[in-house]
Amino acid sequence: MIRCLRRPPTAIVKTPATASTKKHSAKESFLTAYRHMLSARLLEDRLATLYRAGGKIVGGVYLSRGQEAFSAALAVQLKKGRDIYAGLIRDQAGRMAFGEPLLDTTRTYLGSALGPMRGRDGNIHRGRPKEGMPAMISHLGTSISVVAGMLLARRLQGRLGDTVGAASVGDGATSTGAFHEGLNMAAVEKLPMVIAIANNQFAYSTPTSRQFACADLIERARGYGVEGYKVDGTDLGDCLDVFEKAVERARHGHGPQMIVGTLLRLSGHGEHDDASYVPPQMRQSDLGRDCLPAAEKTIRSGKWLSDSEFDSLRIEVQQEIDQAFAQSMQEPAPDPYKETWSSFSTLELADGWQVR
Amino acid sequence: MSLTYLEAIREAQYEALRRDPNVFLYGQDIGAFGGAFKATKRLVDEFPKRVLDAPISEDAMVGVAIGAALEGARPIIEMQFADFSACGFNQIVNHAGTHYWRTGVPCPIVIRLPSGGTAGSGPFHSQSMESVYAHYPGLVILTPATVEDAYHMLLDAVALDDPVIFCEHKFLYYHLKADSLPDEAMPIGKARIARPGRHATIVTYSAMVHESIRAAEELQHDGYQIEVVDLRSVKPMDTETILGSVARTGRLLCVGESFPWGGVCAEVIARVVADGFHLLDAPPQRLNSKDTPIPYHPNLWRAHRPTALSIAAALRKLLQD
Ligand SMILES: Cc1ncc(C[n+]2csc(CCOP(=O)(O)OP(=O)(O)O)c2C)c(N)n1
Ligand SMILES: [Mg+2]
Repeated sequence: MIRCLRRPPTAIVKTPATASTKKHSAKESFLTAYRHMLSARLLEDRLATLYRAGGKIVGGVYLSRGQEAFSAALAVQLKKGRDIYAGLIRDQAGRMAFGEPLLDTTRTYLGSALGPMRGRDGNIHRGRPKEGMPAMISHLGTSISVVAGMLLARRLQGRLGDTVGAASVGDGATSTGAFHEGLNMAAVEKLPMVIAIANNQFAYSTPTSRQFACADLIERARGYGVEGYKVDGTDLGDCLDVFEKAVERARHGHGPQMIVGTLLRLSGHGEHDDASYVPPQMRQSDLGRDCLPAAEKTIRSGKWLSDSEFDSLRIEVQQEIDQAFAQSMQEPAPDPYKETWSSFSTLELADGWQVR
Repeated sequence: MSLTYLEAIREAQYEALRRDPNVFLYGQDIGAFGGAFKATKRLVDEFPKRVLDAPISEDAMVGVAIGAALEGARPIIEMQFADFSACGFNQIVNHAGTHYWRTGVPCPIVIRLPSGGTAGSGPFHSQSMESVYAHYPGLVILTPATVEDAYHMLLDAVALDDPVIFCEHKFLYYHLKADSLPDEAMPIGKARIARPGRHATIVTYSAMVHESIRAAEELQHDGYQIEVVDLRSVKPMDTETILGSVARTGRLLCVGESFPWGGVCAEVIARVVADGFHLLDAPPQRLNSKDTPIPYHPNLWRAHRPTALSIAAALRKLLQD
């Protein structure tokens, strides 16, 4: 179900979600998104196994189970080299759909010195800023203004062109000052931005009732003066439709677009967390629907893939994942004796006091 | 031609904008209004697309600068007062300061902090934040004390590939004048002997350089020659020049306007004690502001921060030890 909020909005408009009125995006983008969802799921299953086995992964493991559709549906609309994508904690699928190599994930989780973070940072805190993928810091909400700044710079340099910048956050992150300041600023500058809010009902253990008092996060779009859409985050087709439209509108000068996806985190906050605070009724409700089998059902009912094509896709994806893990595990760990221990890029400024 | 410290900052920004189309200014009221202190006066007329008014969102202002820098821009952020940079603290220390080390991609931003006390400004328009930011890795902290340094160090800051916290002192804005600007200045990271001497060393920076020189002049009447070292940049810190001076004088007083806990003065003393203990004829001393918020009333304010008078008293005590 897609609800659209236009400016000046009078009410949240409901579009009836019957099969006949549903306009699903092209089969092609559906299948592309599905592949990244599957890849994210299988990769994260492996991360969870490694975490539980102990020894290989230092630090936390944060999964996006249940959020792959919402995540991938945004990123497949974007093009690496042209657009900007700031994935966050639950964006394994989106990151891969944008074009982050699989090895970036495995190397960063396993602490390979050859990964983009070279053991200096871990797990989801990774990126390739020069390729339109800023590297998130933990502090929530901070990526909104950073993406806005990237767009602003391109505009100043006269090379904004068709660029769209996307930033992803959770329901909890919307309570930060950084989120508010960033979105407000992006709206003032009318930047071509898409802000995806995955409302997975919890921020760590905190339910939305303790996070915000408005009836629905989408109401905030009006306050910021941006266009807002609400979507069932478990339905890949709906997510693709809404993000396609939002990216299009951002690209064509309608300013920041805010999309709230409603879903449930189908894992703990991290793998250390059993999420016992999630009420069973919620898991059994529509919110708890697993987007991956749901997408498979759509594919089967459209006969877009045969059983054997499903099988070979799964085998192919699994092989890629196995290969990335195997390679990363054999790679060297960072060496403290080779570390520069200088935070400055201008090495002559490095303080001998600290470095020696 | 005569130029104030504030005009030098304006001129440096003009020059930075002129030299490099990637430079832009972002801050509150800096466009048509020219900034709370007029440090960007009429710059928007010359560079209408590159002098942008920002909402009152220090976190977002710094976030924007970081993002822009990743795309090859060279942003200069004006905080209306250094004190308000506290609202952008997270982006400064956790995002800008960590960026190069984490990713290998430099983050060339300059954040201008109108710093330090002026009479009547009170607890929230008077702060000196250099010690706070110096504590965090990855940030270059500049504290110019002269018109020449205000100009050249700001241009150097823009050229530098690392994030720079540029602490310009509001007390010096109008008081300090220079007849002309030299074509070149000392490099960033080098301290300057602002006044040579042989009986004691004052290590200081920013507005306190001038209070210290006045105190040194006062002690000259008693026959003491006090050396004043202007750090210019507190991070990186020129430990060599500090130790060289202490080797000549045997006595050290460190003066800073920021709060006493931790901080630049504590750092200087720690370094001298660790590497130059044998050079010291007396325990090294420091003089900072008092450990209270900065008072509003001029009577209290003058007693709160170090002045030529209190520096002279501290020197006399140091010379008797
Ligand atoms: C500013 C800040 N405060 C606290 C945290 C610790 N923290 C990490 S994730 C998280 C919950 C985030 O919830 P939400 O934004 O809803 O995203 P979700 O984890 O549900 O995807 C918290 C509290 C943080 N990273 N940043
Ligand atoms: Mg959440």
